[in-house]
Amino acid sequence: MSFFLFQLINSLTFAALLFLVASGFTLIFGLMRIVNLAHGALYLLGGYIAYAAIHLTGNFFLGIVCAVAILAIFGIFEQYLLKFARGVDLRQVLITLGLAVMINDLCLVIFGGETLSIPVPELFKNSLEVFDFTYPKYRLFVLFVGASVFVFLTLLMDKTKLGALIRAGVDDRETIEALGVDISRIFLITFMIGMALVAIAGALGGAFLSLYPTADSEILVFSLAIVIIGGRGSLLGAAVGSIVVSMLSTFGQVWFPELSYFVIFGPMALLLAFRPNGLFGRPI
Amino acid sequence: MTLKNHYLLISFGILALIGGFAPLFAESYFISLCTLVLIYAIFAMSIDILAGYAGRTSLCHGAIFGSAAYMAMYYVTIFGGSPAWAFVFGILMAIAISLIFGVLAVRASGVYFLLLTLALGMIVWGICQRWTSVTGGENGLRGNIRPEWLADPNHFYYFVLCIFILAAFMMWRFVSSPFGLGLKGIRESESRMRSLGYNTTLHLIMAFVVSGIGAGLAGILYAFFNSFISPSSVSLTQSVKGLLMVIVGGVGTLFGSFVGAGVLIALENLVSSFTQRWSFVMGLTFVVTMILLPSGIVGRLLATKRS
Repeated sequence: MSFFLFQLINSLTFAALLFLVASGFTLIFGLMRIVNLAHGALYLLGGYIAYAAIHLTGNFFLGIVCAVAILAIFGIFEQYLLKFARGVDLRQVLITLGLAVMINDLCLVIFGGETLSIPVPELFKNSLEVFDFTYPKYRLFVLFVGASVFVFLTLLMDKTKLGALIRAGVDDRETIEALGVDISRIFLITFMIGMALVAIAGALGGAFLSLYPTADSEILVFSLAIVIIGGRGSLLGAAVGSIVVSMLSTFGQVWFPELSYFVIFGPMALLLAFRPNGLFGRPI
Repeated sequence: MTLKNHYLLISFGILALIGGFAPLFAESYFISLCTLVLIYAIFAMSIDILAGYAGRTSLCHGAIFGSAAYMAMYYVTIFGGSPAWAFVFGILMAIAISLIFGVLAVRASGVYFLLLTLALGMIVWGICQRWTSVTGGENGLRGNIRPEWLADPNHFYYFVLCIFILAAFMMWRFVSSPFGLGLKGIRESESRMRSLGYNTTLHLIMAFVVSGIGAGLAGILYAFFNSFISPSSVSLTQSVKGLLMVIVGGVGTLFGSFVGAGVLIALENLVSSFTQRWSFVMGLTFVVTMILLPSGIVGRLLATKRS
């Protein structure tokens, strides 16, 4: 029982991390109709930047701030690059794919092929003990961050004007453009939110999953699966998808260690057959 | 029209001459490069069937390519079968995988199709990486699986050339057949084709499988050529490489895929002689091509000739 509970909380903390990556991913997909295939590579890059900054400054939170700042600037650059292929979604996606390959190789040059681990901050080093159940504090911290980001994003989307504009953009881009809204500014803001979230995810994930050259593809596949399950542009979908995918992957790893990757495939295939737009998505 | 045909005939003639007599004058390194170009040309053409004619840009062909290669490799090195049967089983593997992927993916189009095929392809990569008892994990599978009569690189080159010509001819016939025209119709407007009474889903699945057979064929030849296969041959990078060849050459022109394969393999070898950063250059080529030359080399040439 305790083992099961342990795995359950494990998968919830992993879901929190996945949500950080997938929420930005799904918002960008929903609003701009493009998938940012560089998202996995940027997760890795964010993690590496945080790793370097933490080594230099010795402060975990300063490292996260550094990663967020640099990736947000990269977001502006990428958004600028995408303007060259404005209106042709597929070309834009292929540009992000090219960027992903470049970033990945750049990471390999700068940080090498070895597995790097971000040291957990002092504050969260030890474990939390409740009755006879112990659990590392750091992972609970990640869970907390994921949950707060979910609440923050939900409030942002539901209660603010920016959120209303983003939602309107997801539903009908052409109409809000015709209403005189500068859609490219909203694209840029959404993009930067996504970048900031993926940077945080990279930094947090670097401490409990560690950073290695193929981590980007793994994270990208998880995010794709989450968006396929949850539906394009839906935050709730991203949250539910994160939990589903992380449970499948965590328990898959326990029960079928060699085929754990395959386990997320089953529900994805089923969903595709019956609900091609995902659980909470709307048709394009 | 006749002028264009003349150009085509002449360029084909020159290529055939170079291709046919290459082993007589070139050194073995060049021959192995040519072999690789032909293998990748088959691979790229198979991607172009979907991308150019059905309007479905796939990122899972690397996985089909790789799983056929794994199958052939596994069958000969571990199971101890004959190379001829390895060919058959490799193709069957490609058919099986592309049938599954096709059924799951063809209902989507555009970006969604790209995303689905990417995820599906990655799953194959994950399996190759983790299922160590069968695939050898990171170490991959190694072993010379070429039969005796193909051991000589020149013989193998001619063998690949024959298969390439056959495959290219068949793919060309395929896309210019009524079935291929149907595909183009689906590319332009799937709903109209459906209302004309076409079973577009079945049509696309069949195209997917044909395209998968091409990718599998290339994969098997690659296993024969390289004597080594590892998860990196199945990875996204492989699909990206194939797709880049199609785009550089020109989407929707089978001949362009061949040109793209030649350009990219030449570029890879050139870059690799200076630096180890080939994949960075490949990503850069991708971004630059998408921004500056989205219709590709052959596509651009055709467009200037028409205007």
